[in-house]
Amino acid sequence: MKICCLVKEVPDAAVQKRINPETKRLDRSGEKNLNPFDTHAIEAAMQLKEGGDVEVDEIVAVTMGPDSAVRALHKAVALGADRSLHLTDGALEGSDVAATGYALAKLLESESPDLVLLGQQSDDGECYTIGAVVADHLKMPSLTQVIKMDAAGGKLTLERQAEYGYDTVEVELPAVISVGDAINEPRYPSLKAIMGAKKKPLDTKSTADVGIEADRVGEGGSRTAVLEINPPPAKESGEIIEDEDTNETVEKIVAWLDERKLI
Amino acid sequence: MTVIKDSGERSLPTPFTQEHQELRESIRRFVESEIAPHVDEWEQARWFPDELFLRCGELGFLGLKYPEELGGQGGDYLHDAVWVEELARSGASGGVAAGLGAHTGIATPPVFRFGTPDQHQRFIVPAIKGERIGALGITEPGAGSDVAGIRTFARKVNGGYVVNGSKTFITNGVRADFLVCALKTTEEGGHHGLSFLILEKEMPGYEVTAKLEKLGWHSSDTGELSFTDVEVPDENLLGEENGGFYLIMANFQWERLLMALGAVGAMKRLLETAIEYAGERQAFGRPIGRFQAIRHKVAELSIKAEVGQAMTYNALRLFCEGQDALKEVTQAKLFTQRACVEVADEVVQIHGGYGYMREYGVERALRDARLGPIGGGTDEIMKEILAKQYGL
Ligand SMILES: Cc1cc2nc3c(=O)[nH]c(=O)nc-3n(C[C@H](O)[C@H](O)[C@H](O)COP(=O)(O)OP(=O)(O)OC[C@H]3O[C@@H](n4cnc5c(N)ncnc54)[C@H](O)[C@@H]3O)c2cc1C
Repeated sequence: MKICCLVKEVPDAAVQKRINPETKRLDRSGEKNLNPFDTHAIEAAMQLKEGGDVEVDEIVAVTMGPDSAVRALHKAVALGADRSLHLTDGALEGSDVAATGYALAKLLESESPDLVLLGQQSDDGECYTIGAVVADHLKMPSLTQVIKMDAAGGKLTLERQAEYGYDTVEVELPAVISVGDAINEPRYPSLKAIMGAKKKPLDTKSTADVGIEADRVGEGGSRTAVLEINPPPAKESGEIIEDEDTNETVEKIVAWLDERKLI
Repeated sequence: MTVIKDSGERSLPTPFTQEHQELRESIRRFVESEIAPHVDEWEQARWFPDELFLRCGELGFLGLKYPEELGGQGGDYLHDAVWVEELARSGASGGVAAGLGAHTGIATPPVFRFGTPDQHQRFIVPAIKGERIGALGITEPGAGSDVAGIRTFARKVNGGYVVNGSKTFITNGVRADFLVCALKTTEEGGHHGLSFLILEKEMPGYEVTAKLEKLGWHSSDTGELSFTDVEVPDENLLGEENGGFYLIMANFQWERLLMALGAVGAMKRLLETAIEYAGERQAFGRPIGRFQAIRHKVAELSIKAEVGQAMTYNALRLFCEGQDALKEVTQAKLFTQRACVEVADEVVQIHGGYGYMREYGVERALRDARLGPIGGGTDEIMKEILAKQYGL
């Protein structure tokens, strides 16, 4: 079985996020890191490989991004991936979620993975949707927010987090699965793994190499346009009811809830 | 013309590279999740569990600079530097850092450098796994700064030595499975009569006589040891007989660099703690960080930390390039140890009464830092070395 893990280079968590008012895109300058959510996807792949219930032949780290994204791939390899794949092309710049998902799907097609794993969100865009878009293009089932994964007999049994509790689902492969950070604790890459990462194969692809249609990616190929960006409205200040341990306090709370039709 | 990199990223300080940065992140995450949360408990218990050595061994942190043939990671001194700085930086207490650091930084290096292949197998291989814990025994009740005054004596007999004497202030001394021990192999001792023997805990006559109580480094066991007719085979002689003084000197540079790195890590952490607290703590209707007295204090402290780092990294670079760095290492050791005590003291002051309490860990940092100007060669000895370097 071949597992492809989608990974992304994002601004380091310590960097203050800002929108560039000219491009209306996230300003991605400053220190970068491997998207922390993706480290859980790689760890999940490693646990499948080491668990022995399925035969995992290789784990491939896959990214789309500028030259610097190579470092995210190195980190993914240091965490256990066997090799990596880098889609990089000026034509991709400014791609929205749908265009990015399309491009990644085309890249993945060239690998024919049995399983695509990714983190549930990226730490910068926080769209939570790439998995679904990729799955749609690949015509594979898509599962999101997965926090437990067991493999047996060519099937995966998964638990996914939902608002009402947990879904336990079975999925046949191939599939695209995005994992939540509760699924595991990623390992600490050893020095040997870090030093070895640069020696593992890394393939660089352009849009033409994987048959990406130029008019479906980049700023021009994106079907969404950001018209305006505004800060969220300031929250109304709350009302503090002092707890004086009297019936009156309770009545005040009940009245407040009642007014808002909450009870 | 200066070109500002458009990615907006800062380059890493020399001599570190991206690879060291990744190792740093790995160690940081480990320390933050597996050491820092337990530090208070371990400090109270005056001990951290031996299992921590096993865990660090499993993760490869005890063998960063040793070759893969011995189970190491195949790195070098710079990787070890990252390990030591990051232990302090990410919230291991001085005691935990001292216990792990004595094993990786002072006990195993002489065995690796001067040991036979057989000694590598018996001591380095299990030490890298964390299965056998090491300590370095130089100091004695009557010989501290004056190393040549060592009195523990190894009498030559057929096939080995019989050792009598004692050691004190030995980090890991209570738990150590093996002690890399400096002793006299001639009646006179001194510069030309010292040797190193590796003593093992199981040897009859080897005894831990006390676990010493101290100002700081509470989670580290500092031992007092006594040797009564301990029979040590020839296979445990480390390096040349009567060549021990050279061995002691050989690792001093590295030990002092490690202490400087630890202080640099600790100062950075203290500074962050202070900045955060100064931004949050309110007095007279504003955060205390808005009072000039406090903000200027933070500004001054930041310079101490920065200067300490610059000196230490420079000495480290020279050392790693194989250059004679005696002067720079001595200066870095001297400056950073005192600076760290001063920084810790000021950070306690910024925290007011809370600084004196356990909660924020800054009182511990102050107590832990106080060892710096004493251990690994005192401030006074550092100044003597420096003055000598200038021909005085
Ligand atoms: C917590 C802790 C852990 C330790 N761990 C280890 C360990 O693992 N292994 C080990 O071998 N040792 C260890 N030591 C010992 C440490 O290295 C010694 O304490 C240190 O070298 C100083 O020696 P001393 O304590 O005998 O002080 P002394 O040498 O007695 O010094 C007392 C004072 O006199 C000053 N002085 C001495 N000689 C001179 C001089 N020539 N000129 C000017 N001033 C002078 C000193 O600077 C100091 O201020 C540890 C010590 C402590 C406290």
